[in-house]
Amino acid sequence: MQKAIATHVADDCSIAIEGFTGFICFAAGHEIIRQRRRKLTLIRMTPDLIYDQMIAAGAAKKLIFSYMGNPGVGSLYCIRRAVEKSVPLPLELEEYSHYGLVGRYAAGAARMPFFALRSYVGSDMLTANPLIKLIDDPYGTGKIAVVPPLNPDVAILHAQRADRQGNTQLWGLLGMQKEVAFASKRVIVVVEELVDESVIRADPNRTLIPGLIVDAVVHEPYGAHPSYVQGYYDRDNESYLAWDKLSQDHAAVVAWLDEWVYGLENFGAYVGKIGQAHFDKLKPEPYPAPSVDYGRYR
Amino acid sequence: MSDPAYSASEMMIAVAARMLTGARTVFVGVGLPNIACNLARVTVAPDMELIYESGVYGARPERLPLSIGDPTLVSGAVSVVSMADLFGLYLQRGLVEIALLGGAQIDKHGNLNSTVIGDYARPKTRLPGSGGACEIATNAQRTFMIMRLKRRAFVEKLDFVTSPGHLTGGDSRSRLGLAGGGPEIVITDMAILNFDNAEREMQLNALYPGITEKNVQEEVGWPLGLAAKIEEVSAPSLEELRLIREDLDPSGMYR
Repeated sequence: MQKAIATHVADDCSIAIEGFTGFICFAAGHEIIRQRRRKLTLIRMTPDLIYDQMIAAGAAKKLIFSYMGNPGVGSLYCIRRAVEKSVPLPLELEEYSHYGLVGRYAAGAARMPFFALRSYVGSDMLTANPLIKLIDDPYGTGKIAVVPPLNPDVAILHAQRADRQGNTQLWGLLGMQKEVAFASKRVIVVVEELVDESVIRADPNRTLIPGLIVDAVVHEPYGAHPSYVQGYYDRDNESYLAWDKLSQDHAAVVAWLDEWVYGLENFGAYVGKIGQAHFDKLKPEPYPAPSVDYGRYR
Repeated sequence: MSDPAYSASEMMIAVAARMLTGARTVFVGVGLPNIACNLARVTVAPDMELIYESGVYGARPERLPLSIGDPTLVSGAVSVVSMADLFGLYLQRGLVEIALLGGAQIDKHGNLNSTVIGDYARPKTRLPGSGGACEIATNAQRTFMIMRLKRRAFVEKLDFVTSPGHLTGGDSRSRLGLAGGGPEIVITDMAILNFDNAEREMQLNALYPGITEKNVQEEVGWPLGLAAKIEEVSAPSLEELRLIREDLDPSGMYR
């Protein structure tokens, strides 16, 4: 992880650590904080705790997003402090609806000039963000909203497993990860398990991201904690609730970053500090899907 | 028969569930709407499939989801798709019959603000923003709002229009080509409001037990019109309360 971040994430670049509610790579976020990257443009549909932490650490100058909340809990206080009071630094916002930001990734992924969607008509989001435009449908059905492509410098995506080439399989909420991966100039995948290529080839429908577009593969078990990885561990909701309280005070956040990020050498140390017993409690009961038969044709 | 000791939240949940009678597809948010939908599914809408913006069609959650991206929504669902497919193929395609929405502010035409209180560039309070709300409000066949009646929420003019309702009223919505039908009812903790008039302006439709027209008007920031006949809504039944308390929200998170 240290090497992947040092190699691919530079000051001033734009990064998308994605995943909707689950698969959020906190391990990468913490490493970026530890390496003291600055002036990043952070892109995420739901900034979540990870960007709250990175913004509190002073890593960002701008946030591109579509829903700024602590999911199912409440506010993201560090981001609000940056927006409302410029603490620790001012933060520029660029705001979309979910489908609008998904559309930006999709246009970026397919290298198209825009993505058209039925949204924004009658909404003030059109004036809040001049990049969202209404155009006349060339086929005569009236006004249609368009958003431009988005091509992050780096995407960081967490998944259940990949092989050494970066062929990545993910099951559960597919979110926007495929579109982000294809849209981005560089891709880092972070996985719970590193598997043999034969495991990937045995179930090709489950491969979301081909190694063809992957620049680095990092094996980082529990790297999405306190978010979750389907089938591996549940969301650590106590951590989300604790952050809701702690993050209301900037000094408490600074102390938390000292203890849990700067004070630790890597994410492995974070996992060790929390302790295996805690992660065992987050493991769901098994609920495996029966395998399918692809057939052998020769 | 009913239990007099029910909370305002339980009443909202029971009322919302009843309004979903016979529904086939409902777009669900977390919190009260989620409990209401799951209550409806075991009472008045057995064929209901729950749709979540996280990409889940036909969820069968085994616990109260902590958020709309909870892994319990995935296990046992009919289908899990990308968000591009969820918004494009399910919502925009017109497959969402009813969407449940809320916000920090609502105006008399059912437009919603979930973005900022105060000026956009210098907000007094920065709220979460749209999420999927703008396209849901645009494309769902029917929209039901769930919001507590509060004078600071039911306002004459929104600080920011996040999600379009009936816009400036009348046929302004269809003139602009919005696909869905727009807001139909507002389920509150005191009354049900609807938009059943030519102006598409919110009006009082039904009162909960012990609530008066005056109580409702006091929490609304404009002179609220009245439907031709004001109905009375019955309190949650013992069975509704049992399902909410024992099955759907045993920890009482939303009580």
